[in-house]
Amino acid sequence: MAATAPELKPIPSRRTIGKAQRWSWIFQRISGAVLIVLIFTHLFYNLMMGDGVSQIDFAFVAGKWSAPLWQWWAFALLVLGLVHGGNGMRMIVDDYAHGRVLPHILHWALRLSVLVLIVLGTLVIFTFDPCPTDVDPSILPGFCADL
Amino acid sequence: MPSLPTLYRGREGMWMWVVHRVTGVAIFFFLLIHILDTALVRISPEDYNDVIGSYHSPIYGIVEAGLVAAIIIHAFNGVRIILVDRWTWALRHQRLLSWIVWGIFVVLMAGFLPRHLGNVFGGA
Repeated sequence: MAATAPELKPIPSRRTIGKAQRWSWIFQRISGAVLIVLIFTHLFYNLMMGDGVSQIDFAFVAGKWSAPLWQWWAFALLVLGLVHGGNGMRMIVDDYAHGRVLPHILHWALRLSVLVLIVLGTLVIFTFDPCPTDVDPSILPGFCADL
Repeated sequence: MPSLPTLYRGREGMWMWVVHRVTGVAIFFFLLIHILDTALVRISPEDYNDVIGSYHSPIYGIVEAGLVAAIIIHAFNGVRIILVDRWTWALRHQRLLSWIVWGIFVVLMAGFLPRHLGNVFGGA
């Protein structure tokens, strides 16, 4: 006797429909393609070149972020990474979180953490001082001694 | 005896979908931590060096290798998704493309792991 498929009750999806969903997908693809270039450069520079992960300390970051190119690189990674990741998490929330309250709590938690981290990260990148004066000079990058 | 039909279509497509979600969530939470620890460069360079120093330990070194693995698979499976959506040939051959993604993964990890594990376990 042939097995019959169990009756499946459709669960209403909380995903937005129409234009918002379409733009979400377009954004996800374009940002994903850009992130591939940004992240693999980031990983190659930090983990493959030089001494890899063991070279990373304050002097290493200060050396990179004294160049505007690396500041903007970090900024692009920050914004695109958070929005791409936050949007992906939103899709997962929409698929699995049901009820009247839970999806809203999770959506707001996502929006808030993405927004707070973009603001925090942007401030850190663009107010960064590679040669702070109140710090043990031995942990600063070499070029600080010439200032 | 045939198995009962389920919602799940199985095979490569479904498993790549699972892998994409799992790696995406893992990368997202790492990103949150990574932004917070990097923010220390602005607050206290000494504390940043202390925290990032733990990234050089063997346990973290292995976690980082897993993170890089997750990024590689998520990135190239993302390319596969774009291709499958845009291009009929890719839609017909999405199973083959799944295995190509894993092939790229193996090649890149083979290039990365010796270098990274050498830095983690061999360095001072």
